[in-house]
Amino acid sequence: MPDYPSLFDILGPIMIGPSSSHTAGASRIGSIARQLLGDTPVRAVITLYNSFAKTHKGHGTDKAIVGGILGFGPDDERIRDAFDHAKRSGLAWDFAFVGDLSRFHSNTARVGLTGKDGGTIEVVGASLGGGRIKIQEIEGFPVDFQAQLHTLVVIAEDIPGSIKQISGVIAEEGVNIASMYVSRTEKKANMVIELDQPITASSMERIRTLTWVQFVRLVNPIVEGTSRYEK
Amino acid sequence: MVDYEMKHRGVTREQVYNNLKRILLVMEESVEQGLTQQVISPSGMLDNWAKKIHDANVNTLGASLKKAVARAVAVGEVNACMGKIAAAPTAGSAGIMPAVLVTMMDEHNVPRQRLPDALLVASAVGLIFAKNSSFAGSEAGCMGETGSAAAMGAASIVYLLGGTTEQILESVGFALKASMGLVCDPVAGLVEEPCTTRNAVGVANAFVSAQMALAGLRSLIPADEVIQATREVGELMSPRLKESGQGGLANTKTGREIQKRVFRTEPQK
Repeated sequence: MPDYPSLFDILGPIMIGPSSSHTAGASRIGSIARQLLGDTPVRAVITLYNSFAKTHKGHGTDKAIVGGILGFGPDDERIRDAFDHAKRSGLAWDFAFVGDLSRFHSNTARVGLTGKDGGTIEVVGASLGGGRIKIQEIEGFPVDFQAQLHTLVVIAEDIPGSIKQISGVIAEEGVNIASMYVSRTEKKANMVIELDQPITASSMERIRTLTWVQFVRLVNPIVEGTSRYEK
Repeated sequence: MVDYEMKHRGVTREQVYNNLKRILLVMEESVEQGLTQQVISPSGMLDNWAKKIHDANVNTLGASLKKAVARAVAVGEVNACMGKIAAAPTAGSAGIMPAVLVTMMDEHNVPRQRLPDALLVASAVGLIFAKNSSFAGSEAGCMGETGSAAAMGAASIVYLLGGTTEQILESVGFALKASMGLVCDPVAGLVEEPCTTRNAVGVANAFVSAQMALAGLRSLIPADEVIQATREVGELMSPRLKESGQGGLANTKTGREIQKRVFRTEPQK
């Protein structure tokens, strides 16, 4: 519990049952994968781990994730018939189950998506309880964010000054950076930047068109509490 | 409570009340669904129980409490069947607050306009509980879920019937004392058995506790100390009895058989 929980941490969330972790949280992992794909998904390959693998059936975890991939929120009653909706909207899906993988949280899912324009994304997320989730891996990069704020995800060539250029675009908009997490492989760098406000489409475009940037997406906050207020 | 929310969330009074009304609407709809629609859970464990209680010919309860019990079960069934519910405070205990509020409105002639404030009273109790104990079945067992929901329900009943702040707190004490040490041992790990019937008993607990407080009884152990005790009891409870599916009803011969049956096959494509 945060220091000053919202009264809507006590009442709510409004959600499709039966479980905030195995249903509501699962749908949110699917919906973040969709946002990171940035396209209409046509194919989904989903691996459920640990408790998710063992008890998905009774909790509708599978339907919730497919529903999230279709863009349904955790309170969307279409989740119950997510497989029918997926068939109708041309989304093919496959599930695999891994019972025990101790390096992952007990409620973990790996979601690989292919978009209609051929783009792909692979995301690993864990459901922490109460509908809260944590994204742990994007395209093989270790990450750690709960999508409680606006989250900018960038994958780029690992060149000097890359962080400065991207944070410069954000600063020009007067948007505050709440946190920044950088990791890298041999040639590539991944940045996860949490922002207090979203940046505009034109700033997104400026980052996208930097020659060394390969991938940029802005994930919307799904936090309990404040975001539950209708705008 | 509204001022607290406005201060810490930077929102307006109107936004807070709009959200409360949204939650009330979902609560009422979930009660209605469970009492009118076909509700058989995917595991087959729940089968239109709310309607059976509602339509029972032989009765031990007065009409008001019987309907309250049916309503709590209705929401539990809707939740198990992947229907829309409002967690209050959790999905597993989501039947108690709607059952209390709908029953106060339909059987005790409380006008609908007063229900948002009753939810605020309930959330204040929930907030105190959350800060000093835990809602999580994995930390405080079912005591943290249906126990805290019963306390929230009792507080809102006392409030709606014109009780004092002291009486509200007494009712919280009574409800939590009756739930002390309740384990979380769901069969097959599903939010069905015994969660649904514990919601039924939880709503009865709320009405009984409210009745005692309104009659002027004192809890003897003050509510804040009772809440501290729930925390201690939660810590002392074995992890096997806290949402792990390893103890209690989940670990009975029949519980194990149900688990095998439910999880035998992979989902249909």
